[in-house]
Amino acid sequence: MKQVLEGSMAIADGVRMAEPHVISAYPITPQTHIVEHLSQMVADGDLKAEFIMVESEHSAASVVLGASACGVRTYTATASQGLLYMEEVIYNIAGMRLPVVMTLANRAISAPINIWNDMQDAMAIRDTGAIMLVAENNQEAYDMHIQAFKIAENQDVMLPVIVNVDGFVLTHTFEVVETIDSIDKVKEYLPPINMEYKLDVENPYSFGTLGEPSVYMESRYNLYNAMNFSRNIIIEAAKEFKDMFGRFYGGLTDSYKLDDSQTVIVAMGSVLGTIKDAVDELRESGKKIGVLKIRSFRPFPEDEIVAALKNAKNVIVIEKAICPGKGGILSVEIRDSLFKHKINSVSVNGYTLGLGGRDITPKNIHDLVARAEKEENVDGEFVGLSQQYL
Amino acid sequence: MLTKEETHNEFFTMGHTGCSGCAQSMSVKLIMEILGKNTIATNATGCLEVFSTRWPESAWKIPWIHSLFENSAAVASGVEAALKAMGKKDGITVLAQGGDGGTADIGLQSLSGMFERNHDVLYVCYDNGAYMNTGYQRSGLTPFDAYTTTSPSGKESFGNNRPKKYMPEIAMAHRIPYTAVASAGYPMDLQKKVKKAKSIKGAKYLQVDVPCVPGWKYEPKYSVKLAQLAVQTGLYPLFEAEYEKIISVKKISKKVPVEEYLKLQGRFKHLFKGDAGRAEIEKIQKIADENIERFGLI
Repeated sequence: MKQVLEGSMAIADGVRMAEPHVISAYPITPQTHIVEHLSQMVADGDLKAEFIMVESEHSAASVVLGASACGVRTYTATASQGLLYMEEVIYNIAGMRLPVVMTLANRAISAPINIWNDMQDAMAIRDTGAIMLVAENNQEAYDMHIQAFKIAENQDVMLPVIVNVDGFVLTHTFEVVETIDSIDKVKEYLPPINMEYKLDVENPYSFGTLGEPSVYMESRYNLYNAMNFSRNIIIEAAKEFKDMFGRFYGGLTDSYKLDDSQTVIVAMGSVLGTIKDAVDELRESGKKIGVLKIRSFRPFPEDEIVAALKNAKNVIVIEKAICPGKGGILSVEIRDSLFKHKINSVSVNGYTLGLGGRDITPKNIHDLVARAEKEENVDGEFVGLSQQYL
Repeated sequence: MLTKEETHNEFFTMGHTGCSGCAQSMSVKLIMEILGKNTIATNATGCLEVFSTRWPESAWKIPWIHSLFENSAAVASGVEAALKAMGKKDGITVLAQGGDGGTADIGLQSLSGMFERNHDVLYVCYDNGAYMNTGYQRSGLTPFDAYTTTSPSGKESFGNNRPKKYMPEIAMAHRIPYTAVASAGYPMDLQKKVKKAKSIKGAKYLQVDVPCVPGWKYEPKYSVKLAQLAVQTGLYPLFEAEYEKIISVKKISKKVPVEEYLKLQGRFKHLFKGDAGRAEIEKIQKIADENIERFGLI
């Protein structure tokens, strides 16, 4: 059914279709609407779940950790400072291989305090062992949440999945979203959770035991491998979703007008809409330009990136987070992927913009394309600064 | 007190690497005798977690989970919620455990949340009065004038300069159905309280005084004696409360001067040097006397 839904409502409805048993959360802007909608669904009896409103994000993540270890489906959501507060729990959830699904409403990090969108929060947890997917619009956010449970609960993955959605730009924006009418059809796509190891009085296991130097590395290696393997499962989950529900956004990446492109813009999240519009205009004026969308930031889609960029001249990477003391984050990883494959004919230019909710406009994109033709391997340079505040 | 079956059901077993004379491991064993098979336990980071689950070995014959230092109560909340969601809560006890630091310092927030939401969880704080697992650093439950490595005695110091936080009363302030204080020195009393806690629905708090051989610096044979002396001096009042009301206290048969308790422990050794030390012992006696008065121990 096609409906006009606020992004948060679309996400909450996607989560409802997955029928999680335990949900726990703590309010933080711009995530709050998601869990408000979910708690209303529980209050109205539209979702049979234990909804635990906790006293902090640290406990929100800990509650879903404990519940997940019992073998039930779990969900939480947060943003920004809340994510940083739960970071050690996310490491722990991943280390214990618990398939928690979580929404991250991407928001800037304090100081200065700023409630608006960028991706610094996501970048801060990129090494936790959580799978990190990024949605471009509300429809993809809805669909991606259902896929997220399938990926997380795969027996060969068993890792938390974090679905990134741009704060406000997606969470608070109304768009047409086609929701799935049949929960049975979702059940067919996403079978009941079935964990081999769980807290069960009939078959007791000890979780979270001490890993001494003789075993710790092996445990981390297993996690590392599962993350690598999840590439296949993310792609499979997207394909199966397409077969069943007809919608597809690519596997780990997606491309737009890439085939003959000399210039490629790489980005994640909602900014892709603006970029695609700008690319259409540039194409009309004869530029050979296209877009590579990163749908899975972790695991990093190295092979797809290399295949998409190897014939380009200029690559423009939109950096919505900074790495002080180095430069860009995404552009560094892309450059590394190309270097590993001995491709040195591509100039990878990382430009920082859109921090703390500053708009990224079509004009920004046009300007970057013009700049990138003259520049080489820009390392996260800030774009559009106001001189008066420096 | 215990049935034959209860004493033979060991769900916290031998083979762990706790110190000889460890009163915490003894208390865990006593608690698990009562709680039995249908228990799921969470554990804060600390001695118990380290000495009972060195992978691939585990002393636990029940499902057990350790996550982090400060979230034992929150993880237990999640376990309880999952059991409820599965319709399996009836007949299963959720036991959350932590040391004094994991409970009253870094874990206080998540514990308060669990209390306030009144999860059907029994939280046990094994109180040995310092961060023993990291090598005897001061916690909020370190007693007055105790030497720890971060509240050392010296020319300008008699050790920890603050009295112990009244953690059981913080629990009671949440109006949870049951709060109790027990001691490794009184196993029957401890087990009676665990039995009662097991029968009550909602959040329960049990704090157990567990002497620590390396932290308190005494001979292993004194673990039980010291736990008993803590009670008999009035320094560690044992009581039970329902909601905000104290419903029973363990009376002191014959009041023992605090000196008898202090002199057996290396952590108070510095108080037995000169007049200034004697004056400090007087202050500790005053703490004990105030406890006796406040809780009506005599």
